[in-house]
Amino acid sequence: MIDHALTAALPRALQHLAQRQAAADEDTATPAAALPRRSFLKLGGLGGLALGLGLQTADVQAQATAGGSASGGLKPIEQPASFVQIQPDGQVIVTINRLEFGQGVETGLALILAEELDADWSRVSSRLGGNDAAYADPRYGLQMTGGSTATAHSYSQYRELGARARAMLLAAAAARWQVDVAQLRTDAGQVLGPGGRRAGYGALAEAAAALPVPTQVTLKDPKDFRLIGRATHRLDARAKSSGRQDFGIDVKRPGQLTAVVARPPVFGGRPATVDDTAAKAVRGVRAVLRIPLPGGGEGVAVLADGYWPAKTARDALQIGWDSAGREAVDSTRQLAQYRALAEQPGPRAFEADVSALTTAPHRIDAEFVFPYLAHAPMEPLNCTVQLDADGAQVWTGTQFAGVDAMAAARTLGLKPEQVRVHVQMAGGGFGRRGVPSSDFVVLACEVAKAARAAGVSAPVRTLWSREDDIRGGHYRPLHLHRARIGFDAQGRVLAWDHALVGQSIVGGTMFAGMIKNGIDPTATEGLRDPYPLPMRLTVHHPQVNVPVLWWRSVGSTHTAYVMETLIDEIARTTKQDPVAYRLALFGSGHRRHREALQLAVERSGYGQRQLPAGRAWGVAVHESFNTVVAWVVEASLRDGRPVLHKATAGVHCNLAVNPLSIEAQIQGAAIMGLSMCLEGSAITLKDGVVEQSNFGDYPVARITDAPEFAVHIVPSAEPPTGIGEPGLPPLAPALANAIAALTGKTPRALPFALG
Amino acid sequence: MTRLNINGRNQTVDVDPSTPVLWTLRDALGMTGTKFGCGIAACGACTVHVDGQATRSCVTPISAVEGRRIETIEHVTAGADRVGRAVHEAWVRHDVAQCGYCQSGQIMGATAFLKSLPRGKVPDAAEIDAAMAGHICRCGTYARIRAAIADAARALA
Repeated sequence: MIDHALTAALPRALQHLAQRQAAADEDTATPAAALPRRSFLKLGGLGGLALGLGLQTADVQAQATAGGSASGGLKPIEQPASFVQIQPDGQVIVTINRLEFGQGVETGLALILAEELDADWSRVSSRLGGNDAAYADPRYGLQMTGGSTATAHSYSQYRELGARARAMLLAAAAARWQVDVAQLRTDAGQVLGPGGRRAGYGALAEAAAALPVPTQVTLKDPKDFRLIGRATHRLDARAKSSGRQDFGIDVKRPGQLTAVVARPPVFGGRPATVDDTAAKAVRGVRAVLRIPLPGGGEGVAVLADGYWPAKTARDALQIGWDSAGREAVDSTRQLAQYRALAEQPGPRAFEADVSALTTAPHRIDAEFVFPYLAHAPMEPLNCTVQLDADGAQVWTGTQFAGVDAMAAARTLGLKPEQVRVHVQMAGGGFGRRGVPSSDFVVLACEVAKAARAAGVSAPVRTLWSREDDIRGGHYRPLHLHRARIGFDAQGRVLAWDHALVGQSIVGGTMFAGMIKNGIDPTATEGLRDPYPLPMRLTVHHPQVNVPVLWWRSVGSTHTAYVMETLIDEIARTTKQDPVAYRLALFGSGHRRHREALQLAVERSGYGQRQLPAGRAWGVAVHESFNTVVAWVVEASLRDGRPVLHKATAGVHCNLAVNPLSIEAQIQGAAIMGLSMCLEGSAITLKDGVVEQSNFGDYPVARITDAPEFAVHIVPSAEPPTGIGEPGLPPLAPALANAIAALTGKTPRALPFALG
Repeated sequence: MTRLNINGRNQTVDVDPSTPVLWTLRDALGMTGTKFGCGIAACGACTVHVDGQATRSCVTPISAVEGRRIETIEHVTAGADRVGRAVHEAWVRHDVAQCGYCQSGQIMGATAFLKSLPRGKVPDAAEIDAAMAGHICRCGTYARIRAAIADAARALA
């Protein structure tokens, strides 16, 4: 979502935001007292647990604050008590500082902590933490899940947390047995001492919890890892294979109502007239309320005993919408405007002398079009809000718990510390649950606020239909690329003049500080590098009345496609093998690119075996989120539709914490990348209205589209890098390159129109 | 009042007879294992069995299933259903789930499919694809779904 290179800029933006929020709080001076920190942590913990390491959380915290403990120098994110609970029976519960929405972080971070704790993995489980300071991302300073950063940012953090907890357990055993700690060791949840003494972690947890938290700990030598690097099954696999896993949509508070919201057909519109007679007559309907919408405009919320009466009543509303003053976007017209804009001067991301374009022996002039895309996670967006006397509680599957708490506080007139966000397991997200404006949380807060004003004080779950999701904006922006390339007979690029047109994702949001020289780096990431190209890059960010958002792998969803199909085309034009051509461009640098590409090539059989008639190879390699993925695919065409038979990946993500999880992410990202290519994968607008509404007219890849996969990981001991997104970008260009090999023509618009 | 037989138990629900089975299960009966994905029978997340047939509960009103046998994911994977149990175990063994939201429906679809096959038959990839084409997994777990279904079929053979 947010590129690694921007992690330096992001904390500053967040700090600025927090300061602004603090200043706003001074002004509003909310009377209700903030929850004291201790009760906050207790409320955030698991109820009913027997005494254990975790239950001392608040005390350890209090000691730290009072400076009466060795843990005084540790930040909340470094305190094991907030992350590890050890029950008397030895069960270990690890709290995860991220959203789990399929990427496997709930297993991966638990695994990392358990490694240094030397826990018995069969007795480890995990849970999700909320918006408490302890669960902030170590680099962002707020809880955020995105940019494939969870493992990369929290690898050292969770190792140290595990090592600290282990050291405390060792110290407790040393005290109990009156021996030197140096005589002790641990093995799978037990402390072993001289004379065959042994004690389970569960028996030591209470004593350990009372001890000071060590600030300095020695971490394992990676060669001694027992868990990290081993193919490990997900901790949630059983619950998710039996209907027992709860998601945000399954939250049920006592007396809870369900709300659905009728929204204007044109973004930012409002109701001119509302006739709710028929809606209110639906059995189970409690209220029909006009509410302000996040991002502008107004909607009509229907609150009822359940989703079905709420939806039935919404369908029965008679609303005359007013779209006056709102731009009525038309996709055809928009594309023409983008095309014209691409020829205009604008801010430059890169400079280069492009005068050789006129004299170069070979020339490619290309235009690429990428449509708006909806994320369409399987679990429709939802958020449950309960307004209490002293604050608010929010239950939702969110990537941005920290940001959302501030947005909820603003909406509800509370201080951020009066809002507790209970992060729920989410049914996918792909960026849609990490919204700078917190749109789906703010919407739910507006509904709850309006309900309370109308005398309805029940907790309210605001639930989106699939149509609300597909039509609700926050799309991957539509992009137009225009490239003019001059090269010689050896494939040496002499000049590359490139223009990029697309809405800025961060413009106008709390992340706007990332924009430099008028250029949003989330749009340009992935262009030019790693190739040594004389590229001049001009960028335009038009304002359009369509909300946009990052979508799994962000800028690389389009830049990788442009780069990897053009590089392939230069190779083909100059009669060079596309793999050999790329390797030559990498030269002696870009080791990880070379290793990933060579691994995929070698394991796929590319260049070593003949494909059946009608099939062709396609290759692409791309780095995103510090990870390099190469795809080598075998594809054919059937009735104008691409068929992906086999896809072999070479992955360089440094240390592979859990190879099974990496394989899953690479496969899943590839399916999403394939989806982009398939007929119908586009959000279009006419007269300001989104034309698609559900999986019928916005199809996504199905099992019948899925290839046979082989995922290979380059061995490495370097600290791990991202894995949730990097598998996506190179898949579509690899497929396009195979189609070009079959037809002589590279598709330059997505989804493919192969006729 | 509508009388329903759910997972072998007779129950009476007091919701409008046009209410889909999905929302009756989820909102009226608190059985949340069956998931809402699209509301138009396009994604398969809401699949239940009605008299053993895989059925999209989001478009099936309760008035249409009175007196019929409804089975949900909670029941099918609980142990007594031999095929459902085998599918559940194969799903765990192959670590199929990512976000897991569609998997209730996938497992219900796969179980109904395997029950429809002659005993001992292990379906090939094309047969599995055809049977599972009505189920969307946005996380893209399809390769593991294929492997798990074949594996469950082998375990049952």
